[in-house]
Amino acid sequence: MKTQTELSGSRLTLFPQGELDHHAAASVVGEIERSIDSALPRECVIDMSGVTFMDSSGIAVVLKAHRRMSELSGKLRLVRVPERCRRILAAAGVERLVEIETRETVHNERT
Amino acid sequence: MKERNSVKFEFLSRSANEGFARAAVAVFIAQLDPTLEELGDVKTAVSEAVTNCVVHAYPETLGKIAVRVRLFDDNSAEITVRDWGVGIADVEEARAPMYTTGGDDRSGMGFTIMESFMDKLRVKSTAGRGTTVTMRRRISVRAGVR
Ligand SMILES: Nc1ncnc2c1ncn2[C@@H]1O[C@H](COP(=O)(O)OP(=O)(O)OP(=O)(O)O)[C@@H](O)[C@H]1O
Ligand SMILES: [Mg+2]
Repeated sequence: MKTQTELSGSRLTLFPQGELDHHAAASVVGEIERSIDSALPRECVIDMSGVTFMDSSGIAVVLKAHRRMSELSGKLRLVRVPERCRRILAAAGVERLVEIETRETVHNERT
Repeated sequence: MKERNSVKFEFLSRSANEGFARAAVAVFIAQLDPTLEELGDVKTAVSEAVTNCVVHAYPETLGKIAVRVRLFDDNSAEITVRDWGVGIADVEEARAPMYTTGGDDRSGMGFTIMESFMDKLRVKSTAGRGTTVTMRRRISVRAGVR
């Protein structure tokens, strides 16, 4: 799994690409934490549209990114989240901590 | 219910095999003509079961994981994921949402996800001997495709 990053002002956007499972999780967490630590953003956005598969291993990845942003008094937001990812994150109650926008919400805002 | 086809494969508990296992099951199940939605549900459940073997069954070692897929004539699939690892002392407790022995890398949602993405989930385990997870999922029969 690869993660591209984009920094604009105080917002860091991450684009993880590929399958987010236990095999990929440790290196993804490392990349996310390194990007946050070097950019020190006020807001971190993870664009999930490139995640072709995710299981419960993704929950801890999101929670770790959330914790890192909280330590900086910043905010984490997930956008363009595929429906199955959203269901998995919702089952674990992640949306109580992190704002989650599905593909549909993003689409509706534009039209 | 008659068995129409079946496959069995075995691999080492390396994390790289998680992707292999769910892809292999998906390719085999394609015979039932599932929707992408159904295929995604099954892949997620298989990934949960196999990851549990890699992470929990063989924590410090490598061991064998066996996956069996059976296709039935009512268009359902039964998937069995078996390990010979540490086992689970209290299965009911382990199946509860949020229960985990995996620290902050894990969230205790694997069994809950298997349950919600499949029609049936059975977990048999003996501490010190290993665990067998059996899942069943009915694949919808789509008109005009067969
Ligand atoms: N194959 C197995 N062998 C031994 N113990 C297991 C096995 N599968 C599950 N367990 C035990 O059951 C617990 C719950 O499993 P479950 O998959 O629901 O959550 P998890 O693996 O801890 O976290 P997550 O799946 O959300 O990453 C595990 O923490 C572990 O203690
Ligand atoms: Mg698990």
